[in-house]
Amino acid sequence: MDIAFKIEKLNNFYGNKHALKQVSFDIPAKSVTAIIGPSGCGKSTFIRCLNRMNDLIPVFKLDGRILYDGTDIYSKDIDVIDLRRRIGMVFQKPNPFPKSIYENIAYGLKIQGINKREVLDKTVEESLKKAAIWDEVKERLNDSALSLSGGQQQRLCIARAIAVEPEVILFDEPCSALDPIATAKIEDLIIKLKIDYTVVIVTHNMQQAARVSDQTAFFYIGEMIEYDKTDKMFTNPSNKLTEDYVTGRFG
Amino acid sequence: MYKRFRVKEKIIEGALFLSALSSVFVTFGIIAVLFFETYEFFKEVSIIDFLIDTQWTPLFAEKHFGILPLFAGTFLSTAIAMAVSLPIGLISAIYLSEYASEKLRTAIKPILEVLAAVPTVVYGYFALLFVTPILQKLVSGLSGFNSLSPGIVMGIMIIPIIASLSEDAMHAVPMSLREGALALGSTKFQVSIKVVLPAAFSGIAASFILGVSRAVGETMIVAIAAGQQPRLTLNPLVPIETVTAYIVQVSLGDTPTGTIEYKTIFAAGMSLFVVTFFLNMISYWLKKRFREEYE
Repeated sequence: MDIAFKIEKLNNFYGNKHALKQVSFDIPAKSVTAIIGPSGCGKSTFIRCLNRMNDLIPVFKLDGRILYDGTDIYSKDIDVIDLRRRIGMVFQKPNPFPKSIYENIAYGLKIQGINKREVLDKTVEESLKKAAIWDEVKERLNDSALSLSGGQQQRLCIARAIAVEPEVILFDEPCSALDPIATAKIEDLIIKLKIDYTVVIVTHNMQQAARVSDQTAFFYIGEMIEYDKTDKMFTNPSNKLTEDYVTGRFG
Repeated sequence: MYKRFRVKEKIIEGALFLSALSSVFVTFGIIAVLFFETYEFFKEVSIIDFLIDTQWTPLFAEKHFGILPLFAGTFLSTAIAMAVSLPIGLISAIYLSEYASEKLRTAIKPILEVLAAVPTVVYGYFALLFVTPILQKLVSGLSGFNSLSPGIVMGIMIIPIIASLSEDAMHAVPMSLREGALALGSTKFQVSIKVVLPAAFSGIAASFILGVSRAVGETMIVAIAAGQQPRLTLNPLVPIETVTAYIVQVSLGDTPTGTIEYKTIFAAGMSLFVVTFFLNMISYWLKKRFREEYE
């Protein structure tokens, strides 16, 4: 399997706080990789390194390397704007723009200077279909995105990410604000997305990781404890800490 | 354990209630006086003349009572002020909210608010004695009194209002929206213009309207630097008179109480009140809408 991300001795700091310690592993392309671990283990910090979202935090420092497609994404000559277009992200809380459903999807194309109505129409429809929300919104594309339910908003955000044709989609606890039915829909969607995209998902929900992912990494207090095929992680983990966590003894 | 009647509590409650009520009473008192005198005025002058006559000459022998020239003056100076303050205020707000470091932001915001505390009479003389002479060198045919110079200075005065309130509105836009836009490959500028600005639109519009109602109500600057000649014109180079400046002119003169000249200031004041009242209503409504959006 192709490697999408190669993480080499990654260390993260927030000021003096050592948030991630010596994390190294490979994330394969066109599959779902789950990052699990208790709160504060550094899993969100980690996923935000992959599209350089942590750049927004002034006190954030990074050490080590993250190679995407063989290129060090933290090297000086990387265009972060282009990187983020190729590596999309869906956040914990649905964050649609206070615009119409249509404009939310078209936004990513418009900022690239694509304004042709036919292209936009086509992309909006395709993206919404891929995100399994087209049937629910096709009659009201001009309504405010804020009029949708939380689960619909999150699928809209997925459609918005898909619209710019990324190679990777990062999910940062995408279901933590959703009810079980909405969660199930998103999970189905994530499983489908791996045909076209590399998916990385952070979740505090172990069952979710077990259901959607091909491989799972377990983080604990800033360290990556174990990384393996999801089946093995949940049935026969090598590390005692992993076993205690996936069996619910702590966390 | 039984219910007790606490006298002190009741007295305090009553005192607080009366204090709160007093400001409401004062407001109603002012409006009542305004209404009464305006009613008296319209007994003598037809409301049609007041609204459509193109001359305002209540202090002359041949009297005309058309409010239009005064409102034209107010409109002209306000429009110039907003043309100056809106772009500069907005650009400052975008810079402070989206680009400046937290340290710079917290340092500059209070300074902006101090700017708003400069007495307007100072701005008035600044317009008359500093800005007008400079403008006269640049613009030929500019009179010593005109609406351009006080308009610009009023704009400078209003910049802090626009900048500060718009900045508040933009700063209140949730970080998650910026992150969402950045994650799609937006530049910082695209995030500011295409996401933050529209999301903060109602707050920005409220600040604009507040700026307008400040400009409409502004008195000293225009009284000092715009001249006192009611004139139905949109030419910024000639002397004009605004509604407020007229009220000052009459109030400071020796117009006897109860005469028609005296009553004109109430009619003018009433018209002004109606305008600013509606502007404030719109601003209030916009601000409320803006708050609802993210709660």
